[in-house]
Amino acid sequence: MSYLPLLGILIVVAGFALRLNPMLVVTVAGLVTGMLAGMSLPEVIAAFGKAFNDNRIIAIVWIVLPVIGMLERHGLQQRAAALIRSMRGATTGRLLLLYLAYRQITAAIGLHSTAGHAQTVRPLVAPMAVAAALAHGPLAQEETDKVKAMAAATDNVGLFFGEDVFFAIGSIVLIQQVLSTYGHDLTPLQLALWAIPSAIAAFVIHGGRLLLFDRRSSSSVAVAASASPAPVDRVEP
Amino acid sequence: MIGLPLLYVLAGALFGAVAVRSAFDRTNRKRLGNAAFWGLMALSLLAGDAIGDFGNGLIVLGLAGLAGFGLVGRGAPVTTSEPEREVLSLRLGNRLFLPALIIPVTAMLGTLAWNYTPLGEAGWIEPKRETYVFLALGVVLALGAIFVWLRPPLLAPVEEGRRLLDAIGWAAVLPQMLAALGAVFAAAGVGDIVGSMARAAIPEGSVFLTVVVFALGMALFTMVMGNAFAAFPVMAAAIGVPLLIEDYGGDAAVIGAVGMLAGFCGTLLTPMAANFNLVPAALLELKDQYGVIRAQAPTALLLLGANIAILWLAAFR
Repeated sequence: MSYLPLLGILIVVAGFALRLNPMLVVTVAGLVTGMLAGMSLPEVIAAFGKAFNDNRIIAIVWIVLPVIGMLERHGLQQRAAALIRSMRGATTGRLLLLYLAYRQITAAIGLHSTAGHAQTVRPLVAPMAVAAALAHGPLAQEETDKVKAMAAATDNVGLFFGEDVFFAIGSIVLIQQVLSTYGHDLTPLQLALWAIPSAIAAFVIHGGRLLLFDRRSSSSVAVAASASPAPVDRVEP
Repeated sequence: MIGLPLLYVLAGALFGAVAVRSAFDRTNRKRLGNAAFWGLMALSLLAGDAIGDFGNGLIVLGLAGLAGFGLVGRGAPVTTSEPEREVLSLRLGNRLFLPALIIPVTAMLGTLAWNYTPLGEAGWIEPKRETYVFLALGVVLALGAIFVWLRPPLLAPVEEGRRLLDAIGWAAVLPQMLAALGAVFAAAGVGDIVGSMARAAIPEGSVFLTVVVFALGMALFTMVMGNAFAAFPVMAAAIGVPLLIEDYGGDAAVIGAVGMLAGFCGTLLTPMAANFNLVPAALLELKDQYGVIRAQAPTALLLLGANIAILWLAAFR
């Protein structure tokens, strides 16, 4: 067996590590891999084009952007932040813990496409999480970014470790099909059932980190506040 | 029947309108690059089925070239300022959440009604695509509600969409590029090579170590491909079925389900899963494009350990 096609993987890893533009890295890796596997240049370009066309469904989610943008224009992010400020006891960790549970449960009943980074995280969850963190004092840009990143991470964890509990999802169908080609016939329900222990583990592990996130950020804010009363790069609350 | 073709037209119309507005945005030095980039996306969505595989390949090369050589910039659509938004937020109050909730609620209620009431038997919607269709319906309803209530300028949806798309930039297209790369990798036989390498790494006779190699193999190969779907058939063929299920008598349901979830831990760790990891970093305008991956890494690693434990304990009861 020739190991040459693995060069494409090497290009990808090196490209991402060197932070070259991913669009170029991916294109070069695809062209090189295809040609090392014996395809001609026009064949590789056509294979790339076909796969790109077959995956256009990924682009559909962007149709929500005009709505999100219009609501931002009228102060949605500010409203989301104000709502959180009005709640006593709301913290970043507790808020995201609630969102984690919501995302896992809705994904587990097949509603995985109803929330997401464009639909819910940018307009609602991230500004709420930042507002909850600001309740404990000002944040440097870097800390604001950490809170936002945690909001996005929570969406991913909730989605990934909720959706497989739903039996009619693509990954369950794929597992069933692959195993049945080897003569191991399973029902989707059996597979979905065995996704539950991992879903619980995900909730405990990520949920625990979210609650710790509160403790750590409140202590780091306290330290920052006592060390430097006027941080330079401050975000207006 | 309503299905993907109509949704592609909707998305294509958005990208097309953004391209046209970009071309006339004199605040953006690279306005022609933006117009070409979003225009190519519109072409792909509107005419992708008509221009052939090679034609689509040329679109891909065009997108990669424009983004890769820094020809795409960021426009400055007219929008409200931060203080104006604070004032609007106070004036409009919590009612502002209602239009925002129209999209998820329509998608949710529509999907539920389609699947659990006789409505679904009407057959108006392409099977398995109902959530996307209801998502689009939610977008149309939300836009309608906003226009009736707030009376924004007619072009505001396009301009606000352009503001967000320009903020995301080429990251909006990268997930589709990576899916295409995965297909090229598969055609080149990368999966078989990885499977044989994983198999060579297994020590003879230890069930636990075989479980560990299976789970780590799923996570690592998922990181390479950006997608656990591509990794699962490979690792199942190399290790899961012949060794864990057939030689060691493990429970096939556990090995299948938890094996896939071990792969999902890899998805949390890789820039190759761009739509989950790089797109939100762009969407939230983070300084560090790997910020989301950093936030996820501890969860992913602990959870990979948990999945190995679940595999080991539950499959070999």
